[in-house]
Amino acid sequence: MLIHLHFIPQASLALREGKVSPVDLCRKCLNRIKKTQHLNAYISVTEEQALIQAQEAETRLLKGSPKGLLDGIPFAVKDNFSTQNIKTTCASRMLKDYTPPFNATVVQKLLDQGAVLLGKTNMDEFAMGSGSTDGAFGPVRNPWSYAAPYRENTGLDPNSDWVVTGGSSGGSAAAVASLTSYLALGSDTGGSTRNPGALCGVVALKPTYGLLSRHGLIPLVNSLDVPGIITRSVGDAALVLDVLQGVDVKDSTTILPQSSSAHIPEDVDVSALCVGIPKEYHAPGLSMETVEQWSRVADMFERAGARVELVSLPHTQYSIVCYHVLCCTEVASNMVRFDGLEYGHRSEMDSSTETMYAISRHEGFNDVVRGRILSGNYFLLKQSYEHYFLKAQKVRRLITEDFKHVFNSGVDVLLTPTTLSDATRYSDFTKEDNRTRSSQEDVFTQPVNLAGLSAISIPTALSRRGLPIGLQLIAPALQDKRLLSVAQWIEQRVAFPSISDFEEPIEGSERCLKIREHTVQSYKTYYSGCP
Amino acid sequence: MCGTRPPTALTPRSYLTAPRCCLCLCALQITIRGRKWHKMIVGIIDQCCSVCLCCSSPHKLVGVVGLEIHAQIRSNTKLFSASPVHFSSPPNSLVSFFDASLPGTLPVLNKRCVEAAVMTGLALHCTINRKSLFDRKHYFYADLPAGYQITQQRRPIAVDGVLHYNLMGGQKKNQVVRKSVHIKQIQLEQDSGKSLHDDLRSQTLIDLNRAEGQLRVDANVSVHRPGEPFGVRTEVKNINSARYLARAIDYEIQRQIQVLERGGTVQNETRAYDSKWDQSCYFAGSRFMPEPNLPPLMVYDDQASLPPGLDLCQAVVVQEIRDTLPELPSVTRDRLVHTYNILPEHSFILVNEDGLVEYFEAVMGQTKMNARKVIGWVTNELLGQLKQRDQSLSQSPISSSVLAELLELQENGHISSSVAKQVFQEMWGSPGKRARAIIEEKDMGLVNDTEKLHRICQKIVDSHPEEVNAIRNGNKKVLNKLMGLVQKETKGRADPVLVRDILKDKTS
Repeated sequence: MLIHLHFIPQASLALREGKVSPVDLCRKCLNRIKKTQHLNAYISVTEEQALIQAQEAETRLLKGSPKGLLDGIPFAVKDNFSTQNIKTTCASRMLKDYTPPFNATVVQKLLDQGAVLLGKTNMDEFAMGSGSTDGAFGPVRNPWSYAAPYRENTGLDPNSDWVVTGGSSGGSAAAVASLTSYLALGSDTGGSTRNPGALCGVVALKPTYGLLSRHGLIPLVNSLDVPGIITRSVGDAALVLDVLQGVDVKDSTTILPQSSSAHIPEDVDVSALCVGIPKEYHAPGLSMETVEQWSRVADMFERAGARVELVSLPHTQYSIVCYHVLCCTEVASNMVRFDGLEYGHRSEMDSSTETMYAISRHEGFNDVVRGRILSGNYFLLKQSYEHYFLKAQKVRRLITEDFKHVFNSGVDVLLTPTTLSDATRYSDFTKEDNRTRSSQEDVFTQPVNLAGLSAISIPTALSRRGLPIGLQLIAPALQDKRLLSVAQWIEQRVAFPSISDFEEPIEGSERCLKIREHTVQSYKTYYSGCP
Repeated sequence: MCGTRPPTALTPRSYLTAPRCCLCLCALQITIRGRKWHKMIVGIIDQCCSVCLCCSSPHKLVGVVGLEIHAQIRSNTKLFSASPVHFSSPPNSLVSFFDASLPGTLPVLNKRCVEAAVMTGLALHCTINRKSLFDRKHYFYADLPAGYQITQQRRPIAVDGVLHYNLMGGQKKNQVVRKSVHIKQIQLEQDSGKSLHDDLRSQTLIDLNRAEGQLRVDANVSVHRPGEPFGVRTEVKNINSARYLARAIDYEIQRQIQVLERGGTVQNETRAYDSKWDQSCYFAGSRFMPEPNLPPLMVYDDQASLPPGLDLCQAVVVQEIRDTLPELPSVTRDRLVHTYNILPEHSFILVNEDGLVEYFEAVMGQTKMNARKVIGWVTNELLGQLKQRDQSLSQSPISSSVLAELLELQENGHISSSVAKQVFQEMWGSPGKRARAIIEEKDMGLVNDTEKLHRICQKIVDSHPEEVNAIRNGNKKVLNKLMGLVQKETKGRADPVLVRDILKDKTS
């Protein structure tokens, strides 16, 4: 009976009207987490605390005094966001027993709304990866591996031939795609939210740099990191953005949103819109099916009267190497604190302080992290600083200028693929090393982080293998609301299915293929019902 | 290359000794920064030292020294966190999540520290950078939990200043010589923690309060032959007294000279000065990168230059800080010399003792006594007593008005100067007692009772017939002897003018 509460406004209304209790909703999600345990989407499930929170929400809702928009709504958080008294591991041996004494600002904001935390999601160690295959707790499996389309179209056995989720926020994407959670927080440094969002068939928003606080997010690259929002619909993403955005005194890089509400109109007129298609994004390795989707949506815009223009972002090709230098440099700096002294893994080998540092770090970090630290320290050496770090910063500026130039020439949004193709089988994915994979997989997403822009990945169709394909929209900094409006316009027209459409009816519930049609009405009621 | 500028030294008393004439103090750089969390760095460079002229021959290796002075900013909370700053709090009792470098915490700049840095910059005649940047300086050390220190390497908050100062010079070291030294930069810097090494148990204990409450100096030292480019420099860190500073610099200069004279090369490295062993030993190198979590620091000229929409309580306005700048020590000294016509060396003593200028000026406002006499009282009697008791001026039982009252009594002829000093002594024993009360109680006032004085004088004249004869025979000087005897009889309390008249009368 709960499965039709597919989107946040429906669930929220049902909770307010007492049609469903927060505890039931929470149990439902917890049961589903247990049923989908094979996905390895969660590192820790906070069942006990979640039920307590749900009970508290129930008390509030019964009294008619909900804490906020999300009271009683279950959510999941990537395991690199600090959560008070809940282990935060970054999927690393280094932090496997680390329990922060405080909440990340974005986590706190959700809790302040009354949202119910289900658990912490799996990822690549310290968010370094694009498959969610390189974490200390094992790889995350893409839920679509187990859905009928993949099984039937490929004839493969999902237990041996499952596909990756993408990464590094694969656990969060899998959690939302498998409907264990309404929303999940990811982090996006070079595409870590959009990439798994695309491969798992969910909406993945990378807000403008500085719009969301990074306080409590264990950093990968401070100057590129943003908390990402993964939801089942664009409308849900807008709603969550509304809650999370804004200046935080604990993060000096946060900025004021351009509009106080990210609420988006349900009918958008795109006839005056100019959609840019960057020619450099026809990259080697781009699958035919992804190109087809790209053209399909571009055509949709054209048919609706929008101007679709081929544009150039000439420095795109340097993005990967620029990102590599900046990322490794900040990684080397950010990782120095993990020495096993104050917290984290400390080796038994303590014959000298130096030995203890070295062995603790060797044991605590995987090869990927150690590799990036070594490169980063090389780039920071006085003699290499100018040749690598400073040059990379100059390239970053050029990439930013590319976008600025295009947006100043009248282009409103850019339409691009999010990934090269649909998800890769785990067995194929691991044939290449992490660095090669990351540089291949993040090619469309990284430049956005380098320029600090706002971008979103939305699923548009299932591939012939039965796996999701996503497209990316990019908007200028602080144009997040406009970005969401355009994304919703696409969403309304591509009719991407929910994974539940392919499931056997559960506990006598009706299928929810028709649900989306009711969604528009739900958002309207939802917003009008909120203070 | 030497000789165009005067030799260098610094105003704080502890530094008067530091850049003494040595073979080599051609360049001097000084840095002040905070010792708890936050430090402010004042870099001072001077290209020349006249003392060096006489000892530098073109072929001789001489030292070039720059100093980084780490001084703590007086603020309620730390430079980058909201945890409080208190001197001598229990170890690790004032540590926020950021201070402990928990992952995911971010620095938040303390406005008060920025204002203090700007004020220091203004006091040292620096150019205040309207936009300054923060950097990370990396090195592995147990008391640096983040593995880097946030500092201002590329573009500090203030640059290119000058400090004018005076020191005692000349052959007898009794002449005030006026000097000036260039300030390279002032930078805001987070402090590292404090390590306590327990050699016995081979343990290191870390205190992240970072409140040591003392000045710390790092010296950059290189050697070269005058006229040639500067040599490779080394950094000697963690020097915490002026004496060790001089010793560490001497040691490092001699070490480098020896290395070069043996045909070796000096390595660019950081050395820790170990005061126990009198030698510096190898420390770790460091790497820099921009601090990505702090946007550029902006300060504004005045209210008019504030950008629209800026939160006023967030803005640091230079003009407002300039307006609150107190009178600078050199200005105070000049003013004192000028206003009261006192010696320059006395102005030093006044300025160097906390509160003494105010004390002196308060006394001057309440007495007609000549400033030079007052300065003698203040610098000799008052400071002498304080020193004897190891007390500071604020602990003195004798307020400026109490002293002024005493000096007025002397000035008006109620007591002689020697009695005034006796009364002053008495005052230390019975704090709060006014001079008048002591004089009355101890019967120390001048004896100007004519009848009484006549009696005493008669007694002296009667018992010294030889002296009286001498006077009568024209030797008028002998009168002084008789006067001394009268004063002896009255314990110095007789009015000398009256006594002279009476004795003259009786011996004529």
